[in-house]
Amino acid sequence: MLDLLPSSSEQAALIEQALFTLFAAIAGGSVLIVAVSRNIVRQAVALLFCLAAVAGLYFLLGAEFIAAAQLVIYAGGTLILIIFGVMLTSKSPFARFQANRSEMIVAAVLSFVLLGSLVAGVLLTPRTVIAPSPAQRYPMATLGQALLGDYLVPFELISILLLVVMVGAAYLAKARKPGDRDSGSAR
Amino acid sequence: MPVASPILGTIGLNHYLILGALLFVAGTFTILTRRNAIGILIGVEIVLNAANLNLVAFNRFAHGAAADGSVRLDGQIFALFVIVLAAAEAAVALAIFLNFYNNFSSIDVERGNTLKG
Repeated sequence: MLDLLPSSSEQAALIEQALFTLFAAIAGGSVLIVAVSRNIVRQAVALLFCLAAVAGLYFLLGAEFIAAAQLVIYAGGTLILIIFGVMLTSKSPFARFQANRSEMIVAAVLSFVLLGSLVAGVLLTPRTVIAPSPAQRYPMATLGQALLGDYLVPFELISILLLVVMVGAAYLAKARKPGDRDSGSAR
Repeated sequence: MPVASPILGTIGLNHYLILGALLFVAGTFTILTRRNAIGILIGVEIVLNAANLNLVAFNRFAHGAAADGSVRLDGQIFALFVIVLAAAEAAVALAIFLNFYNNFSSIDVERGNTLKG
């Protein structure tokens, strides 16, 4: 979307930089809140901000459709599911279960090692990057043709999967009547 | 291709990859340190988002802008499939959690250590 701006490429790069910094800061900050907070409701709200910021990054990368899908499916659907789960499964929404201290330390050390090796891997890998021109567009028609062309089989499989998931989730979560325990349901 | 520095250069592939690494690690940490099953699910969602960010970034910087001007969208399509699968996974996981809660009166994963509820 940067080429909508009637400005020099230098200005466009500056705007891209500013937007990237903004979205990256929101995503990184909210994801740290998720990792550190002990309150499940606060975690869910931080996840919402993280998902929205990642959608903004998709816009920056020129993937408008993915960004819209992220906002609609993730932020609008999956997150609502998670919040429903929080509300349905806790006696008090502020109930907390904590890992014990030694496990926390082990997890923190593992995470830092993992982060260090990942960042080192990213920075040390030599790769040839085809620099995209700022005007590089990914037309929606190409996406649709690829979905119904090269990727037709996974596309159809995923629609069957969604049907199975819908039926399965409805079956798994159906309310149990009292005294229903041994009535042969496959639970 | 500038590396990430305090003064950001041109935003390139490495910036997105490092942000993706940060998201991935934070998600892993969340998965490792939670007892609440829904907290673990939130961690999984963050990990999936990190992978998605990498896929879309690679599509933009390494694959999507071929020299001959043709456009490839494989990374974006993978990301789309991941989003849909994550939604499906969340639906089934929450159904299982509700069942778990019915059987154990708690959502603490440490308590789910018996085969029959």
